[in-house]
Amino acid sequence: MKPLREIRSRTLVLPVENVDTDQIIPARFLVTTSRDGLEPGLFADWRLDAAGRPRPDFALNSPDAEGARVLVAGRNFGCGSSREHAVWALQAGGFEAVISTAFADIFRANALKNGLVPVVVDESLHARLVEAAGTEVTIDVDACAIAFGGARAAFPLEPFARHCLLNGQDELAFLLAREEKIAAFEAAAGPAPWRSS
Amino acid sequence: MPALPRTLVDRIWDAHLVSAETAETPAVLYVDLHLIHEVTSPQAFAELRRRGITVRRPERTVATMDHAIPTRVGADGRRAQPEGAAAEQVRALERNCRDFGIELYGTGDDRQGIVHVIGPELGLTHPGTTIVCGDSHTSTHGAFGALAFGIGTSEVGHVLATQCLLQRKPKTFAVECGGRLREGVTAKDLILGLIARVGTGAATGHAIEYRGGAVSALSMEGRMTVCNMSIEAGARAGLVAPDETTYQFLSGRPFAPRGDAWDRAVERWRALPTDAEVRFDRSETLDASSLEPMITWGTSPGMGVPVRAPVPAPDGDAGREKALRYMGLEPGKPLLGRPIDVVFIGSCTNSRLSDLREAARVLRGRKVAPGVTVLVVPGSQRIKKDAEAEGLDRVFREAGAEWRESGCSMCLAMNDDRLRPGQYAVSTSNRNFEGRQGPGGRTFLASPLTAAAAAVTGKITDARELLS
Repeated sequence: MKPLREIRSRTLVLPVENVDTDQIIPARFLVTTSRDGLEPGLFADWRLDAAGRPRPDFALNSPDAEGARVLVAGRNFGCGSSREHAVWALQAGGFEAVISTAFADIFRANALKNGLVPVVVDESLHARLVEAAGTEVTIDVDACAIAFGGARAAFPLEPFARHCLLNGQDELAFLLAREEKIAAFEAAAGPAPWRSS
Repeated sequence: MPALPRTLVDRIWDAHLVSAETAETPAVLYVDLHLIHEVTSPQAFAELRRRGITVRRPERTVATMDHAIPTRVGADGRRAQPEGAAAEQVRALERNCRDFGIELYGTGDDRQGIVHVIGPELGLTHPGTTIVCGDSHTSTHGAFGALAFGIGTSEVGHVLATQCLLQRKPKTFAVECGGRLREGVTAKDLILGLIARVGTGAATGHAIEYRGGAVSALSMEGRMTVCNMSIEAGARAGLVAPDETTYQFLSGRPFAPRGDAWDRAVERWRALPTDAEVRFDRSETLDASSLEPMITWGTSPGMGVPVRAPVPAPDGDAGREKALRYMGLEPGKPLLGRPIDVVFIGSCTNSRLSDLREAARVLRGRKVAPGVTVLVVPGSQRIKKDAEAEGLDRVFREAGAEWRESGCSMCLAMNDDRLRPGQYAVSTSNRNFEGRQGPGGRTFLASPLTAAAAAVTGKITDARELLS
């Protein structure tokens, strides 16, 4: 994961609540052993009609989508399936952050492990971002703050998640470095419970 | 000083701490059992290979194939073979399990099945343990008083490499279910009723503990159905305290402890339930006696109503308006009597033997309505065999339903079990998201009873009218 300090981009607004991971990437695009090449699956059934033609009324098909790296979406973004492919597909589509009033737990965890920043804002700030669709925002990871159009607000970010984003720290390396403690735990806990009989 | 009262989750959490959480870092939590399948694991193994590291505790990971494999039966009377990229996923899982020494119950093994069905069935799911899987319905295992939750593929890699996860402790959410479910009202209706009431994001950041007389009265299968859909309320985990029903279910299963080890295990498990004086971070109550058979009308599992209720008005809510448009439904019109095209009985929510028996109660001696396709997909090979031993397969076949091989099937339409655009299905699965069961497909979630009743009449039906 590359260190990430700041994202500066125009926004793309998808004013829909409960965007589930089946919409972000339908299951049929998960029939792969790779994490690359998932962009065709990104919002596939919202982007394209049954004949494969772009739906003109969908946000990602609007001219505003070009170059937008920050997605603004409604409450409970990323609910449903645990598929990390949803994060990979958003990143393949060029997104570096998603702003919402709430994220589903598994999606948020998956996003942070890949450097996709989940930015939680309150209802009033969210309403202003929706109103100002396409505005340029600055997401300052170090300060945990978002700024746009003269406004600036803090957003919550776990200290550990912030540390990982800023330093490109990968969680697996962090866990592997705890080998001694893990071994001590295993020695005290004994073998797997279903093998003890 | 007396010890602070603790919850079931507190006890499991504390017993699995390799290191406790601090303000700066999450806890390092030890994972007792890791379940994997063909779809969310290949990229994790690839990462291990890339880094040149191995699986730390291969005996703590168990693999099966369920998501992408066909459930169709070929002309030779056997399961159809996966093709293309699905075949590649299956081969990758076989290779990864072989190379890293992981037990695999693949197609052709009589222990194969949906990952959350076979864990409990084989007796791998024990009270008081931590269980994870790259699948959000891992919450199913919470029915046994285990802390079980879904993880992403990066985390699958973390568990393979270290048998641990970095986690913040979830807050606690008590759901007190008093009263008793009435005849024709099932565990599925209970969980759909709860989600309809609290909403799909209500339990985000929490682990739910289902409590009260109506939960204690449920079978293990019923408890699994309830815990399974915890994620649909936003909770990664949902638990029921273990009790005699739990021990009876587990006793004698292949991976359950035996002899003295069993007695010692039960003694430990009896100490797990939440202390009486505990205060939960949040609580809700639900009167099971007042519940009706439930059905969803929209594109989120929280959009549920009693089956006899009319389609609700959107009341200016953009999400509900969008859902009504997608579903092609008009507010105020009855759901009862709406024609349907497909019935799907299966999934990690409702594919167990008791679910199939419920469906057979309705289908026995009756015929599937003309023009309706009915898929009955058992959750595991063991369930398939047990159902066949009772003659349930004959009941389904004689009614005109398809009797399939075990797998996830039309719950998520990863294989070729899919709705066609515009089709309506009554489904015993867990998600009615747009296109979940096939692009353009429209899903009504309900219990096996309600699904079987729709199969017979070809429309949304109150199954109680068909129960004698």
